[in-house]
Amino acid sequence: MHRLIALLLLMTLMLPASHAKADDAYEEIAASAQSISAANFDSVRRGIEELAVSDDPRAAVVIGALNDSLLFANEDHTLVIQQPDGTYVDARTGSPLPDLTDDDVKSVRVNNAVRSAIDAALGSLQLFAADAPKRLQAASAVFTSHDPAALPALDKALAKETNADVKRRMEQAKAAALLYSPDAGQSDKLAAVATLKARGDQDARSVLSTLAGETGPVAEAAGAAVVSIDRVLQIWSLAQSVYYGVSLGSVLLLAAAGLAITFGVMGVINMAHGEMVMIGAYTTFVVQQLMHTYLPSLYDISLLIAIPMAFLVSGGIGVAVERSLIRWLYGRPLETLLATWGLSLVLQQVVRSLFGANNRDVDTPGWMSGAFQLGGLNLTWNRMYIIVFAFLVVAALMAALRYTPLGLRMRAVTQNRRMAAAMGIRTPWIDALTFGLGSGVAGIAGVALSQIDNVSPNLGQGYIIDSFMVVVFGGVGNLWGTTLGALTLGIVNKFLEPIAGAVLGKIVVLVLLILFVQRNPRGMFPLKGRAVET
Amino acid sequence: MSLDEPILSRRGLGRLGVAAATLAAVGAVKAANAPAEAQTTGGTIKVGILHSLSGTMAISETTLKDVMLMLIEQQNKKGGLLGKKLEAVIVDPASNWPLFAEKARQLISVDKCAATFGCWTSVSRKSVLPVFEELNSILFYPVQYEGQECSRNVFYTGAAPNQQAIPAVDYLMEQGKVKRWVLAGTDYVYPRTTNQILEAYLKSKGVAAADIMINYTPFGHSDWQNIVADIKKFGSAGKKTAVVSTINGDANVPFYKELGNQGVKATDIPVVAFSVGEEELAGLDTRPLLGHLAAWNYFQSVDTKENKAFIAAWKAFTKNPKRTTNDPMEAHYIGFNMWVKGVEKAGTVNPDAVIDALIGVSVPNLSGGYSAMMPNHHITKPVLIGEIQANGQFNTVSETPGLVVAQEWSPYVEDTKDLIGDWRAPLKCGAFNVKTGTCTAGKKA
Repeated sequence: MHRLIALLLLMTLMLPASHAKADDAYEEIAASAQSISAANFDSVRRGIEELAVSDDPRAAVVIGALNDSLLFANEDHTLVIQQPDGTYVDARTGSPLPDLTDDDVKSVRVNNAVRSAIDAALGSLQLFAADAPKRLQAASAVFTSHDPAALPALDKALAKETNADVKRRMEQAKAAALLYSPDAGQSDKLAAVATLKARGDQDARSVLSTLAGETGPVAEAAGAAVVSIDRVLQIWSLAQSVYYGVSLGSVLLLAAAGLAITFGVMGVINMAHGEMVMIGAYTTFVVQQLMHTYLPSLYDISLLIAIPMAFLVSGGIGVAVERSLIRWLYGRPLETLLATWGLSLVLQQVVRSLFGANNRDVDTPGWMSGAFQLGGLNLTWNRMYIIVFAFLVVAALMAALRYTPLGLRMRAVTQNRRMAAAMGIRTPWIDALTFGLGSGVAGIAGVALSQIDNVSPNLGQGYIIDSFMVVVFGGVGNLWGTTLGALTLGIVNKFLEPIAGAVLGKIVVLVLLILFVQRNPRGMFPLKGRAVET
Repeated sequence: MSLDEPILSRRGLGRLGVAAATLAAVGAVKAANAPAEAQTTGGTIKVGILHSLSGTMAISETTLKDVMLMLIEQQNKKGGLLGKKLEAVIVDPASNWPLFAEKARQLISVDKCAATFGCWTSVSRKSVLPVFEELNSILFYPVQYEGQECSRNVFYTGAAPNQQAIPAVDYLMEQGKVKRWVLAGTDYVYPRTTNQILEAYLKSKGVAAADIMINYTPFGHSDWQNIVADIKKFGSAGKKTAVVSTINGDANVPFYKELGNQGVKATDIPVVAFSVGEEELAGLDTRPLLGHLAAWNYFQSVDTKENKAFIAAWKAFTKNPKRTTNDPMEAHYIGFNMWVKGVEKAGTVNPDAVIDALIGVSVPNLSGGYSAMMPNHHITKPVLIGEIQANGQFNTVSETPGLVVAQEWSPYVEDTKDLIGDWRAPLKCGAFNVKTGTCTAGKKA
């Protein structure tokens, strides 16, 4: 043992200084894997910081492994990296260690402080990466960490950078780091404030407002910059509220579109409408599971395949429900209400028995996750797609009612059933198909809602109230009314929410709606014509 | 039959639509199912299980029913209790709070259960509390809750605020250097009381009122866009910000999805949740949530011999190798074992004898120590803070060195700071004011 230590010491002495530093870092990280304590997380953090500035060629690999929680340490404080096949390699040298098993090693634990250090370290290590998106990401990471230690690396990277976007981001990162550097001169800092002010977003504000509390010309400049950024952000936040409103409105529209057919056109008070949405969401789940097993190559577009499937499943159930239950209840709205309410409970419990009471995990494909910036607007992709999707669904529904033979018959039957029957239309079948269409559209809504809400047996309950509100508010039997009604309710809701809070906001909207319906019982866009008055 | 004449005018239809919406909003009474099993006496001791198996709370409570069945089966394999077999009586209160009280009455009066294990939400506990006190029976309540309660007939095996919320805030304050706080919750009794305690606690630690933002949302809230944006805005004031979430149940998934999509990372604004466990994460892609925190007294990832055995037994009992375990399950595990020990100590299932015998009973918990029943009917627990991992499990990042004794009455709330609960012989009071020396509530002769 003593000999080993002596040997290690000798080796350490022989190595160049930076390697000794890297060795310390390795030892520091490995030693702290043995137990959980605040001090241990601190030493892992220090180890990463030391590793990042050492010239160790494996630093990026080791820190990357820690980031993916693949870094382990064994009892004699050797750091090892787990490979994809479950075997281990020595972190320092990369040589395989075939004898090591899972029982011999403890994982190096990571907490948020360590994770920040990892982000910063990987950021400064990847400033020189070959592809531009990686460098952009690295510059953003350095901006977030605004660690003055990254300044030399940033300067080097800036000198080499050719891509204009990346260069700008690096300059902003440099400005942020400069502001936190104790050695930087006042003129440099003032220039840095100006750079951040030009960036003008919330992250820049965050960096600047830390300084604004101090005294001196830099702090004053930072304070002024915060005020001017706030002014710009305020205007954007108005636009952002409208976007949130449209987004909420599009969700309401999706949920209500099917009801606009079953309730609006047919006059069936369908309390099981929400469950059709829920079944659509579960269909998405099943489609994803099947594709994961049998068609992993097309997994990314599983949602697109789920759309027609959900339409068919929910629509099929809708037709079956109409034939078996609802057709016996036409003209008896109260019985319909109770029967469909009971049906909704049955459907919920059936799904609960089949799939369990727990939420099911429906994946969001990569192209639907994350957000992008448009000026000062922060738009999330999933909401963006849902807005577009909602309008496509309504447009398709309108086209189907207007231009297809089935749509023509549906309109004929709702406008004058006896005349339609006299013209040879099989009205019972049209009823079934209309109800199926409404249910199918509800199923499609379920595909979209699976992306933003829980896929659980209770999914539908949350939307049934809102759907009825939208249809009644917009005008029963009018798809344009439904569309406008959904958007209005969404926007009013989102403007009320910051003022009144989410709970009170909902109540206020409901009260306003009741008052409105008292005044205009037929909604915003009442149908005109003879059928209305009968 | 086909529709010959439109029966309702469009005008009437519109009104009916509003009526339908209101009916749904009120959440009309749902039929109760699952009648209690036929009464067979003789050689059995009955144990009541009062957990919702349908409705919104079924997601959380069904698991607890299953774990109780497993514990009872295990006890029967060991030879039962006092030489008799245990028999589970399952009722379904269907997430309907008044129905909880009815079903509790049925369990005690009709089925003659010796003890009942049940409830999840505070409102359901408040609903059954008068029943248990009136009929003098025993309830084991397994969920973390807001405190400010100490009934003679209830044994609280979940965490009180000082066993969960306060240590979590301390952790963020000390290790996370958090200076600004968002208290976000669902609008009902548990978040409101917890946030009241936390607000008082933060202010006592010198946090300015301007650095605390409180936000309530309705049950099942699903559109979090502007609230998450507000949190981001609140967090851009140059001070480290954290969110303390008492958001309940189904609303969590859309909240976390929105956090992930708007790019709120745990390294920027960590979210610490008190109602999110392994079960809730199972329905979620946790990769964007890496590093967000939860405070509990147990995690499935706890590395002890007892926990490994418990998980293995649970997976075998449910015949599902993917089933997760969570904190309230551990609470039932502890509570059930305590009850068994208490009954053995008393030699009878008589409620008065068992209530007295239970105080001081100590049984192993799953995190490698012993939990004891204290005179205030709460148990001692370790507090664990965990960070969400990519695999849906928690990684413990902080652990209290010893066990924490529950404070049933919060010392940070003006009205209750002088109260203690002590159900031992001389005092026998759930809310004893140490300043005035009087028993203010819950006195039982």
